[in-house]
Amino acid sequence: MNSVEPMLVLQDVKKHFTGVEALDGVSLTVKKGQVIVIIGPSGSGKSTLLRCVNQLEEKTGGEIWIDGERLTSNPRQLDRIRSQIGMVFQHFNLYPHLSVLENITLAQRIVKKLPKSEAEANAMAQLKRVGIPEKADCAPAQLSGGQQQRVAIARALAMNPKLLLFDEPTSALDPEMIKEVLEVMLALARTGITMIVVTHEMGFARAAADEVVFMDKGQIVEKARPQDFFDHPTQERTRLFLSQILDR
Amino acid sequence: MIKDRSERIQLIKVRLRTFPWWMAGIALIAILTVVVILTEESYQDAFLFIKAGLSITISTTVISFLIALALGLVTGLGRISNNTFFRNLATLYVEIVRGIPMLVLIFFIAFVGVPGVVDGLNALVTRLSGSGLPGFGSSLFVLENDAVPMRTRAIVALSVTYGAFLAEIFRAGIQSIGRGQMEAARSQGMSYRQAMRYIILPQAIRNVLPALGNDFISMLKDSSLVSVLAVRDITQIARLYAGRSFEFREAYLTLAVLYLTMTVCLSFIMKIIERRIQKNEQR
Repeated sequence: MNSVEPMLVLQDVKKHFTGVEALDGVSLTVKKGQVIVIIGPSGSGKSTLLRCVNQLEEKTGGEIWIDGERLTSNPRQLDRIRSQIGMVFQHFNLYPHLSVLENITLAQRIVKKLPKSEAEANAMAQLKRVGIPEKADCAPAQLSGGQQQRVAIARALAMNPKLLLFDEPTSALDPEMIKEVLEVMLALARTGITMIVVTHEMGFARAAADEVVFMDKGQIVEKARPQDFFDHPTQERTRLFLSQILDR
Repeated sequence: MIKDRSERIQLIKVRLRTFPWWMAGIALIAILTVVVILTEESYQDAFLFIKAGLSITISTTVISFLIALALGLVTGLGRISNNTFFRNLATLYVEIVRGIPMLVLIFFIAFVGVPGVVDGLNALVTRLSGSGLPGFGSSLFVLENDAVPMRTRAIVALSVTYGAFLAEIFRAGIQSIGRGQMEAARSQGMSYRQAMRYIILPQAIRNVLPALGNDFISMLKDSSLVSVLAVRDITQIARLYAGRSFEFREAYLTLAVLYLTMTVCLSFIMKIIERRIQKNEQR
C-alpha cells in the first residue's frame, strides 16, 4: 500500500450492448497491493467492469492500462496480459474433463510453457494454500461447491498473477460454504496481492477492502474507505442501496 | 411365504414388460436366415455370392467416414468462426449438401464434381509445365478422367455428403459447452486455438460420440447408394445376382439381413461405449 504505482488504470471506459450502456464512462485507478471491492445493484455494470479489465468483454470506448501497459486489440498482447490476470468466476468454471491437479497445471504448461514437474509442484503449493491438497486427483464434480471455488482460486493463483479478479465468487454457493471461500480470499488480501472483488458480502468488504466502490447504472457513484463508505456514505443512491441490503 | 411368491410374480411381470422383445425379434430373424442359408442351397449360393462385396461395403464406409470426420470437424469449427469468410464458406457447403438428395449428390459428384476438379488440375499442370518453372517439367503427367476409379468417386461423394452432416453434429457439440469454459480458458491466457483444443473439443467430442455413432450406422446404410456407380458393394452384387439368376427373394433377403446384422451389432457396440462414458463421468 506504500507503493503509489498503479496496477490498473481505467479511463472513461465504456461498454455498449445493443440498447444498453452497461458501462457509461468509468474511470478508476487501482494501486499495487490494493484490494478493491465493487458493490451495487444487479445490472449496475459491476461484472461488466470486471470483465472489461481482462477484455472478456470488449470495451467500446476509453482506455485501460495494466501495470503501465496500454491494452490494444492485438490478440497476442491480450493473451499475454490475460495470463498475468487471474479471474475467479461465479460458477467456478473448472474444466470438468480434467482432474483438479490438471485444472491447475494446464495453463501453466501450455501458456507459460513450464515443465510438468514444476507446474505440478506449484499446483500442489497452491492447493495447500487453499486448504485442499488431498483433492488433487479428484474430478471437479466430486467436490463441494466451496471446494470447487477454492480450486478455481488455486488455478488462478498458480499463474502467479499481478492482479486477481473475483466475479461474485460466493453467489452460487450454499450458505454453509461461503465462509470457507471468504476465509481464503481474506487471507489472500492480507498477502498484498492486488485484488478487485465484485461481491454482495458486506462483511468481507469491511474486513478486506482498502476501498469500496459503489456502482449504479454503469457509473461509479461513490468510492471510499470501508469505514467511511458504510458509516458515512455521501451519496443518496449509496444510502438507499445500503439501507436496502442491510435491512435484510 | 405367500407374500414372497406374489413379489416374485410381480418381479417377473416387470421383467416381461421391460424385456427388449424387439431385440429378440431381430435375433430370431438372423437365426432363421442363418438356418435357411445353411439348409437351402439356393440361399447358400446367394449368400456366398453376395458376401464377396462385404469388404468393399465396409472399407468404403470406414474410409469415407474418416474423411468425413476431418471434413466435418473443420467445417463445424468454420460454422462458429468469427471469421466472416470461413463462416459463410462452411455454411454454404452445409446448406448446399443438405438441400440436395443424397442420390443426386452422388451422381453429381461422381460425374460432374470429380471430373471438373480433375480437368481443373490438368489445366493447372499444363500451364505450370508450359511456364517452364523448375520442378514442373515432364515429371508431371496429365491425369485421365477415366483413370479415376468409380470407387474413389464414391468415397469422395460419401465423404462430402457426410462431412456436412458431421459438421452440424460438431457445431452442436461445441455450442453445448457452456460459455464459461471458453471464458475461463481465455482468462488464463490461452489462445482461441488452445482453448478449443484443450478445453472445448475434448468435452464436445465426448458429448457427440453417440450422434457420431448414429451417423456411422447411417453411412453404412447409405453406402448402398454407391451401387448406382457400379461399385461392387453388397447391394450391387446382390442386384447382379438377382438379375442373373432371377432369385430375387434369395438375393434381397440375404442382402437385407446382412445390413441388419451389421447395423444392429454396431448399435449394440455404441450402447456399450455410451454406458462406459457415462460411468466415467460419474466417477
